[in-house]
Amino acid sequence: MTTAAPGETSAQAISVADLTETAKAVIEGAFPRLWVKGEVSNLTKHRNGHWYFSLRDAAAQLTCVVWARDTRRIPAVPNEGMQVMARGQLTVYPAQGKMQFQVDALEAEGEGLWKKAFDETKARLEKEGLTSPARKRRLPRFPRTIAVITSPDGAALRDVVSVIRRRNPCVSIVVIPAAVQGETAPASLIAALDRLARWGGADLLIIGRGGGSREDLWAFNHEDVARALAACAIPTISAVGHETDFTIVDLVADLRAATPSVAAEAAVPVLAEVRQALRGLADAMSGGLRNRIQHGARELRRRGEGLSLRARRVTERRRARVQQLAGRIEALSPLAVLARGFTVARSLDGHAMGRTAAFAPGAPFDLLLHDGRVRATTESVHTDGPHLTKEDTKP
Amino acid sequence: MSFETTLVRLEEIAAALDRDDLPLEQALLLFEEGIAKLREASAALGEAEGKVQTLIEQAEGVFEVNG
Repeated sequence: MTTAAPGETSAQAISVADLTETAKAVIEGAFPRLWVKGEVSNLTKHRNGHWYFSLRDAAAQLTCVVWARDTRRIPAVPNEGMQVMARGQLTVYPAQGKMQFQVDALEAEGEGLWKKAFDETKARLEKEGLTSPARKRRLPRFPRTIAVITSPDGAALRDVVSVIRRRNPCVSIVVIPAAVQGETAPASLIAALDRLARWGGADLLIIGRGGGSREDLWAFNHEDVARALAACAIPTISAVGHETDFTIVDLVADLRAATPSVAAEAAVPVLAEVRQALRGLADAMSGGLRNRIQHGARELRRRGEGLSLRARRVTERRRARVQQLAGRIEALSPLAVLARGFTVARSLDGHAMGRTAAFAPGAPFDLLLHDGRVRATTESVHTDGPHLTKEDTKP
Repeated sequence: MSFETTLVRLEEIAAALDRDDLPLEQALLLFEEGIAKLREASAALGEAEGKVQTLIEQAEGVFEVNG
């Protein structure tokens, strides 16, 4: 007895599930992962993180889904009507009986999505003032410890270290390792910035990596990385890829260096120049002090001369006054009177005897003349005799 | 005091010493401070070669740098 194949007769009808599951298996087996191009339409972002949209052209359309975990690799949500290339697996979604394209990569024509993502992030940061030139801090002129956030075994670190060593062997370099590409890179860079902030031992940061594809550099266009860098407490230099690579991180760093080597050059002065600057300061100080002392000495001399001139004037004035006084004192001296022929009687104990009451008969006294002294004795005392008159005092 | 602040202070001192209106006594004090700062800065430059080290967080908030 022959048996009909499944589905061949009504008696052999198969279930919907069996058919769609089989169709799913056949389609998945027939089509490898491939790129499809078309125009994006009706894109919706479900709250579970998946994106749903259609890819279409003039004649047909294809239902597409991007699972939440795959959306992270897509730089930006494509615009309605945007021409894109989607890479994915064609399959069947049994629950709805629909053919579905599961997209895991999406690219737009030309700059496309990368540019869109860049522009959108840049606009948001600009709006908050995070890219403003007024925010840029001056780099320390003489950093002692430079933190470098990069891959520990990348070319960027080698370049930074060799340039810093060559210019200034006194500067210390502390590497804070981070993944600089791939899906883990943004979180890894943010964690490194966080460690730097909590450690607090550096006075300048260089963050970056060597050259690579746009996808390789993409972590440095990540908005959260840029925000973490903007929040960095010490001045920052970004050095991502080559001269032509411009990233979001470059916009918020205090200085954007074209390459890691350029960053290292901007970061440290040449040691010989520092020594020269120190010598210059030493010369300026001693020169300044010498000038100050000379100036002081001149000032002192000038004041000293002024002082002695004033002193001389005072002395002369005093001398003149003394001479004048001396003349007057001489004129007043009793000796001058005696010189004119008068005598003064003085008791033996030295009192001038100006009245008759001072004389007692028989008592000795002295007569003072201008050229000597005469010891005399009182003969008698007369109060009624001739008095000395004004006429007698005339010489 | 960091190397940077030391140098900024040295520049201030050099500028101050260049002025004629600074009292001499103050000029001498500044000069003395400047010489000390210069020694400090030169000593810092003479220090052993700077190192290349890696920052390691051994435990939450416990950091170590080693080469």
